[in-house]
Amino acid sequence: MKALVWHGKEDIRCDTVSDPEIEHPRDAIVKVTSCAICGSDLHLFHNFIPAMMPGDIMGHEMMGEVVDVGSGVDGKLKKGDRIVVPFTIICGACDQCKRGNFSVCERSNRRKNLADKVFGHTTAGLFGYTHLTGGYPGGQAEYMRVPFADATHIKVPDGLTDEQVLFLGDIFPTGWQAAVQCDIEPTDTVAIWGCGPVGQMAIRSAVLLGAKQVVAIDRLPERLGMAEAGGAITINFDDESVVERLNELTEGKGPDKCIDCIGMESHVTISKPDTVYDRMKQMMMAESDRPHVLREMIYVCRPAGVISIPGVYGGVVDKIPWGQAMNKGLTFRMGQTHVNRWTDDLLRRIEQGQIDPSFVITHTARLEDGPDMYKMFRDKQDGCVKVVLKP
Amino acid sequence: MSYMSNITRPAGDPKVLHAGRSSLGPADRLSRALGWFSIGLGITELLAPRRITEALGMQGSESLVRAYGAREIGSGLLSLSIEKDVGLWSRVAGDALDIATVATAMRPGNRKIGNVVLTLALLAGVTVIDVLGAQAVTVRHKRRSGTRTQYSDRSGFPQGLAKARGAARDFRPQQPPAAPRLAQVSG
Repeated sequence: MKALVWHGKEDIRCDTVSDPEIEHPRDAIVKVTSCAICGSDLHLFHNFIPAMMPGDIMGHEMMGEVVDVGSGVDGKLKKGDRIVVPFTIICGACDQCKRGNFSVCERSNRRKNLADKVFGHTTAGLFGYTHLTGGYPGGQAEYMRVPFADATHIKVPDGLTDEQVLFLGDIFPTGWQAAVQCDIEPTDTVAIWGCGPVGQMAIRSAVLLGAKQVVAIDRLPERLGMAEAGGAITINFDDESVVERLNELTEGKGPDKCIDCIGMESHVTISKPDTVYDRMKQMMMAESDRPHVLREMIYVCRPAGVISIPGVYGGVVDKIPWGQAMNKGLTFRMGQTHVNRWTDDLLRRIEQGQIDPSFVITHTARLEDGPDMYKMFRDKQDGCVKVVLKP
Repeated sequence: MSYMSNITRPAGDPKVLHAGRSSLGPADRLSRALGWFSIGLGITELLAPRRITEALGMQGSESLVRAYGAREIGSGLLSLSIEKDVGLWSRVAGDALDIATVATAMRPGNRKIGNVVLTLALLAGVTVIDVLGAQAVTVRHKRRSGTRTQYSDRSGFPQGLAKARGAARDFRPQQPPAAPRLAQVSG
């Protein structure tokens, strides 16, 4: 079969690989009908996430049709079922899964020993990601194996297109969780850094959850335009001061809730010297992430506010103003998404027509064109916001 | 490496059989080659400056050669990074500096004048490659707005923005089951 394979930094290829096989009774094989390139795939593309291996199959946002099931799937899935595959692999039975903390499932990471050493305790296995999270082959492929398939799936009802439901596997619940963990009140100003795909979903989620005003921060006009269409007030940080404008919009108080949809790769610009400092340290492997957005959020957030972090961080950050955060009494909430905690509710909202996540798709291409689409998405060419691939 | 990693993969995982076309273009590969060249040259300048100055008849300039070595390593790291355009243009600037410096050795009485001429010719050649590489990388990765840049009609709310505002205020997070009670350890 064909699959997009990581060969090293900035080196993704559409390779011919052997077909996946059922390994365990709870496995299923899925014929992928649609998959997407996620913003966090770019962190892997840039080799900023440790423990990737040449030959790893990319992709953690995918859906398709079940073509084979193991004997232990126990009737919960059958051949022909149409499913979205969440990017977090869940056993559904461990203590964390029972609590709904699916992204820290205690059983699904097959490199648990490695994760225990690096993170202190293991987190869930993830598709198409680092070997710290199991190194499971991803879904940017014609076929994929889904471990713990009886729990790791979202069944798609008839009548919905791939494009409407595909993002239930990652960016939609990720943006939703980011907004939900802000405990949004009707009087709140929610500021969202980054108008990429997750940022766009966070904006829509904050609007649906009833924030008084949603403010979106980016520098790319097409992304700011999409954010505005979703109900956000926009700030182009190339043109104006983020801190001054946010204070102006909140009568000097600062936004009540701040959401970081950027993560470890803040834009580097000479006008913000800390970003250059971070990039230099990152290049010398003295710091893994560039946390400019985190610093700005801590500075501008209203005291007693909430900082919500769906953006991916990979390792060690530097010069975090912890004194500001502590004295202002900020609450930090973060983590990989507990996808299945939210998907029943979000699927209902899609079916009811409250939201149609397909608005974010700007490019659709064949799997074979994947390497070029990675480059286009990374370089933000041709107004690219979200790429969907059709194997 | 991709083929070698096949042996470490579990039996049911797909293995690479045939590698396809890469997302790296010729300009990216040139940048990598120049990056490693820069690092190699930089290390040589840092470790053996006297051999370089003696070959060019520029004795006494060892500290300057070491400084240029550090600069070369910086340019090399940048050329290998995702900001490769910055790395290659910094190499072009470095080439100009190198040419200006070596040109000072074109003086009457320098017994190594032949080496100086050869070095200047090599520097001119490398400069041409650096300029071509820098231009190619800049063009390849430049953000081009293209045709699809107007998304002002993409609200994502089929029933309209006004109806969407607060539509999910009914949302109540699912209450996961209570944590298991801790075992009592006394009376």
